[in-house]
Amino acid sequence: MTAATTSTTLTPAELKAHEHAAKAAEKARQKRVAKDEAAERRRAQKSGFANVNNPRRSVLMTILCAIFAVYCLFPFVYLMINATKTQADFTSTFGLGFGHTFALWDNIVTVFTYHNGIFGRWLVNTLIYVVVGAGGATLLAIMGGYALAKFRFPGRKAVFAVIIGSISVPGIALAVPQFLLFAKLGLTNTPWAMIIPSLISPFGLYLMWIFSEQAVPTELLEAARVDGASEFRTFWTISLPLLAPGIVTTALFTIVATWNNYFLPLIMLKDEAWYPLTIGLNQWKDQASTAGGQAIQNLVITGSLITIIPLVIAFLCLQKYWQSGLAAGAVKE
Amino acid sequence: MASNDVTAAAVSRHSSVARVNRHKADWRGWKFMWPFAVVFVFVFIIPIVYAIYISFFKKQMIGGTRFVGLGNYAALMHDQQFWSSVGRVALFTVVQVPIMLFLAAAMALAIDSMKLHGTKFFRIATFLPYAVPAVVSTLIWGFVYGAKYGLVGSLNDLLGTNIDMFDPNVLLASIGNINTWEFTGYNMLIFYSSLSTIPHSLYEAASIDGASEWQIVKSIKLPELRGSLAITVIFSIIGSFQLFNEPSILQSMVPGNAITTYYTPNMYAYNLSFSGNQANYAAALAIVMAIITMAIAYAVQLRSMKEQMK
Repeated sequence: MTAATTSTTLTPAELKAHEHAAKAAEKARQKRVAKDEAAERRRAQKSGFANVNNPRRSVLMTILCAIFAVYCLFPFVYLMINATKTQADFTSTFGLGFGHTFALWDNIVTVFTYHNGIFGRWLVNTLIYVVVGAGGATLLAIMGGYALAKFRFPGRKAVFAVIIGSISVPGIALAVPQFLLFAKLGLTNTPWAMIIPSLISPFGLYLMWIFSEQAVPTELLEAARVDGASEFRTFWTISLPLLAPGIVTTALFTIVATWNNYFLPLIMLKDEAWYPLTIGLNQWKDQASTAGGQAIQNLVITGSLITIIPLVIAFLCLQKYWQSGLAAGAVKE
Repeated sequence: MASNDVTAAAVSRHSSVARVNRHKADWRGWKFMWPFAVVFVFVFIIPIVYAIYISFFKKQMIGGTRFVGLGNYAALMHDQQFWSSVGRVALFTVVQVPIMLFLAAAMALAIDSMKLHGTKFFRIATFLPYAVPAVVSTLIWGFVYGAKYGLVGSLNDLLGTNIDMFDPNVLLASIGNINTWEFTGYNMLIFYSSLSTIPHSLYEAASIDGASEWQIVKSIKLPELRGSLAITVIFSIIGSFQLFNEPSILQSMVPGNAITTYYTPNMYAYNLSFSGNQANYAAALAIVMAIITMAIAYAVQLRSMKEQMK
């Protein structure tokens, strides 16, 4: 401000006058805006309508929603608190209070060392399934969605109908014959039994389809083709960058689906060494109810906490993407 | 006769013109579609066809596998256990899905109204359970429900009550609560996304016309939700008819035999094929369930979803 006025002293007097006039006009405009806003607020108070750009916040509604938020978040709190307890404290002390000893570090160490460190193996397995399975699913969904959105090829309608139909086929209807088929090919009990079915994500395809339709202008593709670029070159250099936010969203959802998959590995994998985290945790939980089995609920809880942390962090960091990506999916009307 | 020929010629010429106008077939799309299509055929189409095929056979102690035609299906029609499991998931669907979708829509409207303190916090808090695997959420809730060591047990000690979330009469509601916790946020997000696509100019116009907040909700927001409601209803129905993870994980935590091997159709099929060695019968069951699910999904709203995806 001061710098501006000192610099204006060097300019002719008319300019200064102009500036004064401009400042006065600006002041008057702001005054008018403030007056309008006040009037708007008064009217809003009467009619109960809140200006969408400047809403009145409601304490009552916040409290009601807070109740629901507590419902959503309290299992996380329960998990965190109980991960700090020893097995003895877990069964004897109040569920939402801390135990007599703070055993979080001991629990984490035991989770990773119990049974020759099998938990680490399960974690690595899960990562492999996620990287190859969900990564592959994302790639297939990107290409397929792009094809459905930007090309009118023979069989396009059939692809659409088959995918819609397949969504409503129960998982078990597929799982039993899938298992028998994979068994015949000698693929059960190998990582492939987990990875290959994970490659298909109808929801991911749907997201990428809607997203491609909006994010990639057809004129841009036409221009690239006129310039003589091949279809794949056009795809890599023009479409992929435009699709980036949609790709992150699709990847996030396929990763969650693979990371959280329980049914598929349950039927496909019998060898403990290939288990993902979900099956492993369930096995540890069942240990308490088998005859002569040692209850290790503290390890189950700590292991559960370790299992969800990466996904929770991913969702917190990528908020912008899963929100905007889904919003893109909803634009289609 | 002659006029007939003329019209026939006209029709054929017309159709050939149409064909010319439609350009020649454009196969370029398959360059991008084929990887998905190939894997899809391998993990979806072939298994479904195979399931239909084996459902016509029966494995016997003597004489190996024998063709029985529709025998498995006929047996299924009289299978009390199967129908009780279908009834259970139908009841579950009728009660749980409306509660969950109502909560999700209410939450979406509240967050979209921008009247909350800390909108961002509520959005993430509601959605976060979706990131939790079914195994982990069932484990947590199972521990919470536990009367011996869980939170409910502690509360019972504290208040002198005798609440039992694993009581056979309450069990389905307990499972419904787990599902509601897991998926309300996901449905909320779908609703919220469709609400956030409403142009703000519409609200401004409404406010100039002097519409109240409730009128805006009723005349602008709720109609907008109808499109996404179709998707959420269908996914929820399909999801609850396939109920498997939660009851099967709870099975060993619930005392006694409250969760039977035929608690849901999916559990029944799983137990038939993997411990009962009746894969053929299980395949028939799975196909019947697929048909029931598809019929209901169609009846409810698949039509409107199809329109939306066109």
